[in-house]
Amino acid sequence: MSVSPTGLEVHGVTVRFDGRTVLDDRSLYVPHGETCALLGPSGSGKSTLLRVVAGLLVPDAGRVIIDGDDVSDLPTHRRGVGMVFQDDVLFPHLDVGDNVAYGLRAHKVPKAERGPRVAELLALVGLAGFERRTVTTLSGGEAQRVALARALAPRPRVLLLDEPFGALDHDLHDRLVAEVRVLLHDQHVTAVHVTHDPDEAAAIADTVVRL
Amino acid sequence: MLTFLAALPLTIVIGRYRFAARRLVLALVTTPFVLPTVVMGTAVGASLPDRWRTGVPAVLVAHAAMNVAVVVRTVGLAWARLDPRYADAARTLGAGRRHVLRTVVAPLLRGPLVAAAALVFLFTFTSFGIIRILAGPRHPTLEVELWRRATQADIGRAAGLGLLQLAAVIVTLVVWQRASRAGGVGRSSRGLDELRRARGRGERAAVATVCTLTVGALALPFARLVQRSLRVGDHYGLDWYRSLRTSGAGTTRALKPFAAMTTTLTNALVAALVATVVGTLAAYAIAGRRRGAALLDAGLMLPLGTSAVTLGLGVFLAFGRPPIDLRASPFLVPAVHALVGIPFVLRTVLPAIRAVDARLGEAAATLGSTRWRAWWTVELPLVRRPIMAAAGFAAAVSLGEFGATSFLARRATTTVPVAIVDLLGRPGAANVGQAHALAVLLAVVTAAVFLVADAGDRQGW
Repeated sequence: MSVSPTGLEVHGVTVRFDGRTVLDDRSLYVPHGETCALLGPSGSGKSTLLRVVAGLLVPDAGRVIIDGDDVSDLPTHRRGVGMVFQDDVLFPHLDVGDNVAYGLRAHKVPKAERGPRVAELLALVGLAGFERRTVTTLSGGEAQRVALARALAPRPRVLLLDEPFGALDHDLHDRLVAEVRVLLHDQHVTAVHVTHDPDEAAAIADTVVRL
Repeated sequence: MLTFLAALPLTIVIGRYRFAARRLVLALVTTPFVLPTVVMGTAVGASLPDRWRTGVPAVLVAHAAMNVAVVVRTVGLAWARLDPRYADAARTLGAGRRHVLRTVVAPLLRGPLVAAAALVFLFTFTSFGIIRILAGPRHPTLEVELWRRATQADIGRAAGLGLLQLAAVIVTLVVWQRASRAGGVGRSSRGLDELRRARGRGERAAVATVCTLTVGALALPFARLVQRSLRVGDHYGLDWYRSLRTSGAGTTRALKPFAAMTTTLTNALVAALVATVVGTLAAYAIAGRRRGAALLDAGLMLPLGTSAVTLGLGVFLAFGRPPIDLRASPFLVPAVHALVGIPFVLRTVLPAIRAVDARLGEAAATLGSTRWRAWWTVELPLVRRPIMAAAGFAAAVSLGEFGATSFLARRATTTVPVAIVDLLGRPGAANVGQAHALAVLLAVVTAAVFLVADAGDRQGW
């Protein structure tokens, strides 16, 4: 790892599905600690680019560099990325606390440190004391906050948000956007936020990139 | 255990990949399961060397081959429907492949795994046809013991054993029902589109190998069965098949294999009709109403789990003596077959009915349709294929039913499975040859009915 984190660099990524070019030689630069919004209509390849950064999709060409490390050939779990999906994708067989702790376990964080870290993150997203709740009893907004806490828990170098507020109603949507903006800045996380809503993009991001 | 080991590779393949012959492989693997147990037993017996022909290993092999389908279909299809984003989420949280499998995939598939285990246990526990043919005298199972006592007029003890077995079956069914209800967790709404194609030469080869080996291993006993049915003395010929027409020329007793075939086919037709009508009506009752629906559901699943022998004994006791003596009725056997077929109809039709969007009917109503007209013009076309498939399954079940029939059939109304076991039990190459020939014919008819039905069924279970 380099001495000072430099953020996320994407160089010349090309993705084709069945002969159709979804991303053509696309590059992106997000300085460390900043939030970049990827804005575009559905089908413009913004989610695809996110999956390439996460390593969930192998591009036909292009490199991904995180904080100076070329992670293009690393599998997802060794890239140090966190991802929040369109609808929460919380593990239904685990309770809220175990969902948030999942990444900590995967990174072999000792048990004694996991509890306080989970509590800290749940407090951060305004859900202190929710550890033992089952995920099916959460409202849409609560579930999405838990998903955010889960993604942040292992201290990812890059946080990827794939239309995380798409399924929420208007008031809740605006409130969460404001909260998350503050939260991302306080945590000093490099983040890529995918959305089709220009207002949301302007509200949450330091830079907006149109696809 | 053996079943699970044998089924594991194919389960993974079916659960993870999509490929051109996927449906075909699924159908082929399922075939041994729907083939008559008697045919399965005969085939395994025919393919093993004499020394191994009877005994525990032969029984285990036959059951494993039969139940691979249960595991592959239950676990593999559930895996295929699992939302892939759970695994994605785990990977972005820093979990490696094996870690994902252990902490996310396995717990989410626990329901289907337990359900499959319960079903395999159930089928093996109540298996009769295979054991009658392969077990030999030294390892009596509950099922065979029950049959032996009943045939030796020890009705009291037989009924006791039947109740004991019924209790075990009910416990297993409860486990199965709970487990399969939990199976819906983490379903992907997008269905099978997410399955990826095998990537690279290594993966493609692995997929092909697993499919070929499993299907091949399952096909082997049947290939041997066909070969032996054509073997007459030291040359090959159709003699055994021809002798079926001439009313058991080599035997002294007046058993007519050809007549048995006619009886079996008629039975299957009647049983399929009755089971389909009753099963479909029951499916509507269960889908539509809250109170008592679960009970009706479980109650109608009972014939699937209850061993056929117990069922046969029950029918024998209930209708076998005055005031109600139906033993002479030609409809008794098809009626019992229909009862056994109902669970299959239910499992096929019920998901289809539940999958029909209620708003379609509402839309038809706002367009001026009566309820009946809405059902006839909108809903029926959507569930027609599953209902046809269900009829096919019911027919296949009736074709191979052995346990109950062995109690109820009389010489004039003997069915093919009963005739096969009867022939195998007699000495002489002619009898065994005829049994093999009959088994091949029965297998061909059943497999044809099943494959046609399966092609019509998209939902499956």
